[in-house]
Amino acid sequence: MSVMNEPTMALSATGLRKSYGDKVVLDGIDLNVAEGTIFSLLGPNGAGKTTTVQILSTLVTADHGDVRVAGHDPRHDPDGVRAAIGVTGQFSAVDNLLTGQENLILMADLHRLGRREGRRRAAELLERFDLTDAAAKAAATYSGGMRRRLDLAMTLVGRPRVIFLDEPTTGLDPRSRRSMWQIIRELVAGGATVFLTTQYLEEADQLADRVAVLDHGRLVAEGTPDELKRLIPGGHIRLSFTGVESLDAAARVLGEVTRDDEALTLRVPSDGSVESLRTLLDRLSSIELSSLSVHTPDLDDVFLALTGHSQKEAVR
Amino acid sequence: MSTLSLAARDSATMLRRNLRHALRYPSMSLSTAAMPIIFMLLFVYVFGSTLGAGIGGADYVDYVAPGIILMTAAAGAISTAVSVCVDMTEGIVARFRTMAISRVSLLTGHVVGSLIQTMFGMALVIGVAVLIGFRPSAGPVAWVEATGVLLMLTLALTWLAVAFGLVAKRPETASNLPLPLTLLPFLGSGFVPTDSMPAGVRQFAEYQPFTPLTETLRGLLMGTPIGHHGLIAVAWCAAIALGGYLWAKRLFNRAG
Repeated sequence: MSVMNEPTMALSATGLRKSYGDKVVLDGIDLNVAEGTIFSLLGPNGAGKTTTVQILSTLVTADHGDVRVAGHDPRHDPDGVRAAIGVTGQFSAVDNLLTGQENLILMADLHRLGRREGRRRAAELLERFDLTDAAAKAAATYSGGMRRRLDLAMTLVGRPRVIFLDEPTTGLDPRSRRSMWQIIRELVAGGATVFLTTQYLEEADQLADRVAVLDHGRLVAEGTPDELKRLIPGGHIRLSFTGVESLDAAARVLGEVTRDDEALTLRVPSDGSVESLRTLLDRLSSIELSSLSVHTPDLDDVFLALTGHSQKEAVR
Repeated sequence: MSTLSLAARDSATMLRRNLRHALRYPSMSLSTAAMPIIFMLLFVYVFGSTLGAGIGGADYVDYVAPGIILMTAAAGAISTAVSVCVDMTEGIVARFRTMAISRVSLLTGHVVGSLIQTMFGMALVIGVAVLIGFRPSAGPVAWVEATGVLLMLTLALTWLAVAFGLVAKRPETASNLPLPLTLLPFLGSGFVPTDSMPAGVRQFAEYQPFTPLTETLRGLLMGTPIGHHGLIAVAWCAAIALGGYLWAKRLFNRAG
């Protein structure tokens, strides 16, 4: 029974397992996503992100596990789930032969919105996704960013309560990526729940209320981006020196530091604030420094700390 | 609304989508009619006088037109298989599968769309045949019956073509699978009477579906005797339609 002050779950999964032949893709994962939040499933290629989305969106049946999406069980009531969700997959799901407007009206017809309401909704979404000028052009002629926006607009025609976005910004240029982030934030502001997969740590950090880190079909961590960052050693300042003499001198002054004789660097634990930087530089006033950099922990550090391999390595 | 009327509504939406594709890219629909028309011109104008003399001096276009019209159904199957296959390789089908819509509507949309396109192609072929001297003796009732025969065959081959489109991984394969169907009118009574063929071919010709269909259509349009061919033609169409439908349904559900 849910308690009043506990958030309602838009989506939950317990002990989710899926294998294809001998290959275990999901090895018992648990997920809970509160209504009206952005949840990000973070992991490298092949971690099982897409399979998770496919199971939650009724495209694939799990071998084991209990799933509820918007209160419905995908195994026994797939149409109940489908009526509540919208899915934008990794690969473009637009009809290339139709125009942008026709694609949206096709969705409106399949949602049985009626002719007038369908046209109104299509016009509204074209406007919102900055596609009005391209409305009468075939989707085949759209750029990558426009196609992604049309794809998402089509997903929104039926006003889904739970929206799945499988790597929504993969392959987009930085500007299109930022505009997609803005759109995703607006979706949640409008009351929807977003389940987002990404292999970009920055994306999860920017958007998600909660992040789960998926590696080889298992969840290796879950929490808010800040909680995950707290799991790893704090930030540091990296000092580079021109020679061994100055490195030695600085190490003597600072005491507790990590030194790298080959690179001629010292790592000094720090919160990265201006005050701590000033203090540090004051103490080193007589020593010749070649450069200095401030390092704050990001989710890449989390990934490295949790899995023993960096995300970039895993992605190749 | 009942499940059935929702299915009908979704199928109508999918049909509109397919017809819009056909109107926007008419080359595929026109190629359905182009192949039979080219064969007709070739056989009437290049081989026609010799073949006509061989079948007893009658106007050869009157003999060959029914087989050519049936060939349009086989040509239509190629375009159906390709458009189904292309559709399945596009991401939009995955989107349809995550929506609360009638699942079979995607296929029924293709089937009804192809039916309309192929019947349109047949009308075009008949028009060209009449232009080059085809003079059917059929009255209005016989024309209605002939249309029924053509619809029946087209429906049967379209379901089979949908299954071909689903089983093929690439559009190239999808366009090759129905190709043998377009050769069947040659190996039947479409171009020359079967009793003029060598023994082995003749047996094949007499028992393959296009011979009873050709004889039935020729009988209806030209007034030649139909005999038992009518019943056999209906049975063939029913069997192909059912087989194609069940195969397509199984392939489509498995793909999900």
